[in-house]
Amino acid sequence: MSSQYPALIVAVPLLAGLLVFIAGWVNKKWCFPIAVAALGISAYSSIGLLFRVINEGVIVYKMGGWDPPMGIAYYVDHLNGLVLVVVSVVAFLNAIASKRSIEDEFPDNIGAFYSLYVLMVTGLLGIVVTGDAFNLYVLLEIAALTGYGLIAMGGGRGPLSALNYLYMGTIGACFYLLGIGYLYIMTGSLNMVDIARILPDLYQSKAVMAAFIICMVGVWIKMAFFPLHAWLPNAYTYAPSASSSLVAPLVTKVMIYVMIRLILTVFTPEFSFNILAVSQPIVWLAVIAIVMGALLALKERNLKKMLTYIIVAEVGYMVGGAWLGNRVGMTGAILHIVNDALMTLCVFMAVGNIVYKVKGADFEDLQGLFRKMPFTMGAFVVGAMSMIGVPPTCGFFSKWYLISGAIQAGHYGFMVALVFSSLVNVVLFFRIFEICYYEPFSDDHGHGDEHGHHPEPAMDEAPVTMLVPLFVIAVILVLVGLYTGDIVNQIIDVAIPKGLV
Amino acid sequence: METIVSIKPLLAVLVSLMVVPILASSRAPNVREAWTFVAAGVKFLIVLSMLPIILKGTEIVYTIAEFVPGAAIQFRVDAFGMLFALVSSSLWIVTTAYSIGYMRALKEHSQTRYFVFFAVALSATVGVAFSANLLTMYLFYEMLSFATYPLVTHHQDKEARSSGRKYLLYIVGTSIGLVLPAMLICYNLTGTLEFGKQGFMAGAGASKGLIGLLMVMLVFGFAKAAIMPFHSWLPAAMVAPTPVSALLHAVAVVKVGVFSVVRVITCVFGTNLLLSLDLGTIIVFAASVTILVGSFIALSQDGLKRMLAFSTIAQLSYVVLGVGLLSPKGMTGGMVHIAMHAFGKITLFFCAGAIFVATGKKNMSDMVGIGRRMPITMTAFFIGALSIIGMPPCGGFISKWYLVLGALQAHQIPVLVVLLFSSLLNAAYFMPFVYRAFFCKPEEAMFEDTIKEAPPFCVVPLVVTAIISIILLFYPQPFVRLASMMVQSITGA
Repeated sequence: MSSQYPALIVAVPLLAGLLVFIAGWVNKKWCFPIAVAALGISAYSSIGLLFRVINEGVIVYKMGGWDPPMGIAYYVDHLNGLVLVVVSVVAFLNAIASKRSIEDEFPDNIGAFYSLYVLMVTGLLGIVVTGDAFNLYVLLEIAALTGYGLIAMGGGRGPLSALNYLYMGTIGACFYLLGIGYLYIMTGSLNMVDIARILPDLYQSKAVMAAFIICMVGVWIKMAFFPLHAWLPNAYTYAPSASSSLVAPLVTKVMIYVMIRLILTVFTPEFSFNILAVSQPIVWLAVIAIVMGALLALKERNLKKMLTYIIVAEVGYMVGGAWLGNRVGMTGAILHIVNDALMTLCVFMAVGNIVYKVKGADFEDLQGLFRKMPFTMGAFVVGAMSMIGVPPTCGFFSKWYLISGAIQAGHYGFMVALVFSSLVNVVLFFRIFEICYYEPFSDDHGHGDEHGHHPEPAMDEAPVTMLVPLFVIAVILVLVGLYTGDIVNQIIDVAIPKGLV
Repeated sequence: METIVSIKPLLAVLVSLMVVPILASSRAPNVREAWTFVAAGVKFLIVLSMLPIILKGTEIVYTIAEFVPGAAIQFRVDAFGMLFALVSSSLWIVTTAYSIGYMRALKEHSQTRYFVFFAVALSATVGVAFSANLLTMYLFYEMLSFATYPLVTHHQDKEARSSGRKYLLYIVGTSIGLVLPAMLICYNLTGTLEFGKQGFMAGAGASKGLIGLLMVMLVFGFAKAAIMPFHSWLPAAMVAPTPVSALLHAVAVVKVGVFSVVRVITCVFGTNLLLSLDLGTIIVFAASVTILVGSFIALSQDGLKRMLAFSTIAQLSYVVLGVGLLSPKGMTGGMVHIAMHAFGKITLFFCAGAIFVATGKKNMSDMVGIGRRMPITMTAFFIGALSIIGMPPCGGFISKWYLVLGALQAHQIPVLVVLLFSSLLNAAYFMPFVYRAFFCKPEEAMFEDTIKEAPPFCVVPLVVTAIISIILLFYPQPFVRLASMMVQSITGA
């Protein structure tokens, strides 16, 4: 059974996606259990797989028994083993948490929604697990197409922003495909390991360099790397809660994974950092992404939209960290994939709860939330602390590695950008806290006639099914922070090739 | 140095966190406060139980998690940490009693939130005291910043909001903006953040300019120490209820600041390094300016709590000044001053709160003749003021004495002048108020002659701290002993 984990991770949700759709016609009550069961199996398998990889090393799984490079092979090493766990756990927790809001937002399309949801997770998991560059493109499109659907289901401005996302996403995927085409012409192979074996002789070739750059640009569009980010804020803001808390934590992070996979496995760090010699400008681009993401977030008056700009800044963290060209920075980037996915999930799930109860996420809607929804806000504070980078939440530790990497690379601009972004995050989140905590202002300054009776809104908390997953993720944020040492030593350090120092 | 591994430091930190769920869920105020007392008592006992071990010269270590080599989340109890933990955990008990009197008398709202965050803040304070390295200290320092925010802004009005903003701007702005990068640069230079008795930066081989820059970033970055120009959060934070001002802004928060600065000077850079590079002068200069300017501003204040806030700013810099002198006596004086000032200043804040509870007055100009109405409170105030001025029969005399000796030892005559002149200023801003409280003319008195004190829960704690202030002159142990042990291990003498 456990030898089939790599296939199960993808196959189970794929089949479940179809099954859910049919179940939607028969009896809508079946959709949720099927979807959650499938995602649960995926999560269980990927955790099992990660432990196997830690104990036994890289696992190669040949689809249908066909040998690579003809057949499609799944390679699971420490890097994608880790990302698989993140993707499947995030999808699983979010599926449980969003049950009520899905029923609330589109009662007629439950089957379709869960089907898209599960298929999207299939696509994302496939991207991470596959060892075939073209297969990756196919799964990229599966994830993207389902993603457009999930966002468009939001109604209002949702479809329009999904269309915008569709244009940009398609361009990005085309770039990636084009780059892979170049590589195929040069090497005659689509298998990543195979390409990596053939490429070193061709590193001076202009076509290979072009292939790399074109692939990178494609991936950057997909991950919303500033200035290619314009599609993201609207798409994520106007998506339904259940979609945005799936898409926001995962899509950009999976694309970061693809970028790191290209840098580390398909090409070598030697090629990416030394032969190409474009690291410096790319890190400066990342600096701009971080600063602009932070500044753009400042001007927003809607909680959800503000968070989407923070995602743009966080993408800058990871791109910059990966391109610093040293081991510490790469460690930070990979660790931040994990941490950022988890903390983005935490804050977006909290926003989901808020929207479920208050029916909006504009700043005016947030008044008195510490009274109305103390538990949701408690978890939100933990997520916010992680985004600011307060120890012992996990966000601090990846920031630690990223800043360390910047210092080692002598790239103080990146260090300043990270510190700046942390400070802006303090402002952003405490502006939210202020509204939730102080407003609406009472006239008696807390000392009026009705002493001890601040005019306080009554508690009106989200249902338990939404709160429990939120608490789980908030606790995970702290646990991952405390276990950073183990994650780095046992997983990430092994995932980065020895050559990178 | 002998070390033993024990979970006690962790327990001492966690005990107040562990009661949080009980506090948050208890409906009856009496039950809630009873649990606060239990937590405070247990915390104090745990700290006390470690004292004999520390006095024997042994250190207690406990590691929670190591995430990179040289930077674990780790506790190490040494003499200096013990000194600070003793002060803060013992005063928490007294403050809890006072809080009950104050909060109930004023029928404050959200008392549950108040007691919950108070408990969290105390966990963070003891965490800072027991930190084994810069990372752990930063962790608890940040935790304290965020845990005290709801306490400072307790009233939830517009004034509280703007003060809260200022509080965060200064405290969190400096810790993320200055301490975090400096800490990471230190780590990348040396590969460790572990506090060493000679300072872990001693062998880094960095240039004088870089060491100086890092020192400035770390000393000013721990802005809870309120060294000018990063001081103005402290007067702003006086919008908090008085028990918060008392414990947090005379003891826990601000002392965490100076504690961190002392750690930075002695255990990050080390006295030898700073002496050889002559960098102590920067610290001494900044502290001297803060002392004088803070005292002058205090002189011009009418609000009693604001006056105490500026007095605190000046007094905190005594600690920084003493340690910045880098002479053994000066360092001892600075460390002892953490304890002496704590007991004196908390008495003064308690008195300010008691007056507010009993009369609703906040300004000193409205308190003429208050001594006749509240003789116990004002007597305690007098004792606290004497301790701050540094006159016998109060504990403050001892730390001032050491500081003066330290200035002589370091051959810093200007510092001596600063210290003596500052004492004069202290007397100038305290004594007229005390005098007019007792000895005003009958027609000036604003209160009737009948004695009407604040509730006993307010009065008893301030009497206790005032008495302790006096006792500390005659029995300054274990504080002086702990401080000199620490200085001994630093200087190796």
